[in-house]
Amino acid sequence: MTTKLLAAGLAIFASPALADTPVLTVLTYDSFTSEWGPGPAIEKGFEATCGCDVKFITAGDGAALLARVKLEGADSKADLVVGLDTNLTADATATGLFAPVTAQANTLPVPFEDPNFIPFDWGYFAFVYDKTKVTTPPTSFEELAASNLKVVIEDPRSSTPGLGLVLWVKAAYGDKAPQIWADLADNIITVTPGWSEAYGMFTEGQADMVLSYTTSPAYHLIAESDDTKAAASFTEGHYMQVEVAGKLATSKQPALADAFLAYLTADAAQSTLITTNWMYPAKTPAEGLPKGFETLIQPAKSLLMTAADAEAARAPAIAEWQAALSK
Amino acid sequence: MVAARADSFALAPADLQALRFTLLQASLSAAVSSLLAIPVARALFRRRFPLRGALISLLAAPFVLPVVVAVMGLLTVFGRGGPINTGLAWFGLPEVSIFGLHGIVLANVFFNLPLATRMLLHGWQAIPAERFRLAQSLGLPPSAQFRHLEAPMLRARLPGIFAVILLICLASFAIALMLGGGPKASTLELAIYQSLRFEFDLGRAALLAAVQFALCAAITLAAARLTLPQGFGAGLSRHLQISAPNGWRRALDIIAVIVAAVFLFAPLLAVVIKGLPGLTTLPNGLWPAALRSVSVAIVSAVLATSAALILANGAAHSKSRMIELAAMLPLAASSLVLGTGLFLLVRPFIAPENLALAITILVNATLTLPYLFRLLLPEARQLQADYGRLTESLGLPRRTILRFVTLPRLARPLGYGAGLAAALSMGDLGVIALFAGDGGATLPLFVQHLIGAYRLQQAAAAALILVALSFVLFWAFDRLGSHYADA
Repeated sequence: MTTKLLAAGLAIFASPALADTPVLTVLTYDSFTSEWGPGPAIEKGFEATCGCDVKFITAGDGAALLARVKLEGADSKADLVVGLDTNLTADATATGLFAPVTAQANTLPVPFEDPNFIPFDWGYFAFVYDKTKVTTPPTSFEELAASNLKVVIEDPRSSTPGLGLVLWVKAAYGDKAPQIWADLADNIITVTPGWSEAYGMFTEGQADMVLSYTTSPAYHLIAESDDTKAAASFTEGHYMQVEVAGKLATSKQPALADAFLAYLTADAAQSTLITTNWMYPAKTPAEGLPKGFETLIQPAKSLLMTAADAEAARAPAIAEWQAALSK
Repeated sequence: MVAARADSFALAPADLQALRFTLLQASLSAAVSSLLAIPVARALFRRRFPLRGALISLLAAPFVLPVVVAVMGLLTVFGRGGPINTGLAWFGLPEVSIFGLHGIVLANVFFNLPLATRMLLHGWQAIPAERFRLAQSLGLPPSAQFRHLEAPMLRARLPGIFAVILLICLASFAIALMLGGGPKASTLELAIYQSLRFEFDLGRAALLAAVQFALCAAITLAAARLTLPQGFGAGLSRHLQISAPNGWRRALDIIAVIVAAVFLFAPLLAVVIKGLPGLTTLPNGLWPAALRSVSVAIVSAVLATSAALILANGAAHSKSRMIELAAMLPLAASSLVLGTGLFLLVRPFIAPENLALAITILVNATLTLPYLFRLLLPEARQLQADYGRLTESLGLPRRTILRFVTLPRLARPLGYGAGLAAALSMGDLGVIALFAGDGGATLPLFVQHLIGAYRLQQAAAAALILVALSFVLFWAFDRLGSHYADA
């Protein structure tokens, strides 16, 4: 009883001023809304046209977002979920909590079809290295495994890039994947819980290469005028991460939610995403990519499992990875 | 709440392996930390040297570092291109990798040696000075002094210290994962994280959390059984300088202090050096985040300290082990499980993001309670043994006992404990990430955002500020306690 009273009391203070402006609630990962993320600019831009108030609520990363959606179930207050990736969409669709959306034009290098989700940015996973320290980067997983290079990777059980790497090896090598992992074992100095720890270790010089994105060097080049970082181009092709947004079926503002999704894939928001998320835009804006992006490697082959394949491959691929690296 | 959703009751082979590894790394780390703490604490107790006070204060610093920051500091010193490996290279020796079981133990010792040292130092300081005087006037050699005075104190305190460090190491997964070198080094906590976050298998998460709980309960009870009362009787709380033995014992003490200081402060120094260049370009959002963190830390420290005092007093008065068990169990709870449980609890009533700070305070207070309790319990027992009968026979009201007996005598561990609790809440990240809404970031989350945006230099600077603030908070509470104790 006390709890209820307390909660009710707090609710009165916490609820926003009872204005007539409709509120659009967007559930997203927390770096999206940080000072350096795309959130603030996109919020301002959309609010200028929609006559609404955009409110972000956050959860750690893509996987945490889906966990949050499942936790809240049908009585979620969110209208939109922004920041799942295609490795999670099959699982997300299976919850039945997402509503169909109107497809938007995109410039992805692979066909994208999902009635419930719209891609808003994407990137290729890649091993990033320092050009001043590694002069002849490996051109494939096999070359990497044969080299003495030390790499740091993320754990597929706790991070989305880690999962992307496991699916990358699976997509490129299929049944040979366990052998690749066994050969890579002596190159992997450690496995971190998330991207930040891995990238930090790399920039501190603890590893020669780190699993990140082909677009990571663009940050160093554009924001820091540092051209020493590069991504190694692998002949197997590079696995993609496609970040998507979806609308919850329970949204009380479906029209506003649709308008937001359209805004997210239009030029203004797409330009913002490039230099805040440091990913490729889902639809290249009219003014093109910022200067510096032309220096990035262009993978010869784009690898991406369908949502259903990724869902089916996930558990066995992680088990193979774990078994090979635990020896 | 999470447990209510459990539905399957079988551990996978990978989970069993994780359980074994968790136990192995935790018991090794706890053993090394508590054993190494003995010579260091004794040297600090019986020697007087310049900067001794500063050294004792700084002992808390490693313990309150956020894990990621500390690991980066350790890597700078022990990792590739660090002074250790550079030194080895000079002698033509091969590079030693920090990654592996030894790396995990190294990091855990870095975190927990200071805690163990400080807890043992409290133990030495709690031996009435009159007993040392007596021993010396009887002409007892140092070995006999050890047998009659120090050994019983160690016997009374070490099991508790070992247990608390064991429990801390059981629940850590970031250290094991970052330094373990691969999935071999998976802990139970990681499995819990995985099942909550990726698989959303609440049943499996609950099962694993239950296993971790049972393990911690067993350890707590075992430690309680092994603890014997020391029985020195009450002293006059006078400050007497005890003369310490000379000769090789003196040399040993000096070595212990120097080695510990270098081991603990070299990585800290690395953190400071790395943070300095970024201090000129601190981002705008930093100070509001810092203010939020400091408020959370102070409130949760006060909450946790009050609760721990009540529980420790209760446990000291009662024969039953139940209070002890209840107070220690939060160590077994991962903040993720606790946070998820609270999330499910409050959501029907109010939007969790509106309660983010309140919940963070609550969870931090709960999670720091066991440390405080462990610090206070031996002192409270001692107090009860020494003064319990006197105060009872005088029929003093409880408030009077609290004011004139309990608080002055427990001031030192209370201040230290509150400081630790405050600093630990400053560094905690686990909970706020579940609840934070728009712009409600605390300082650790802010650091995470900076790293996530590739701004590593600014992140290092923000981490330095985080460490400095944690340390100032700790120092303020600790001083308050010592001041009150000496008054």
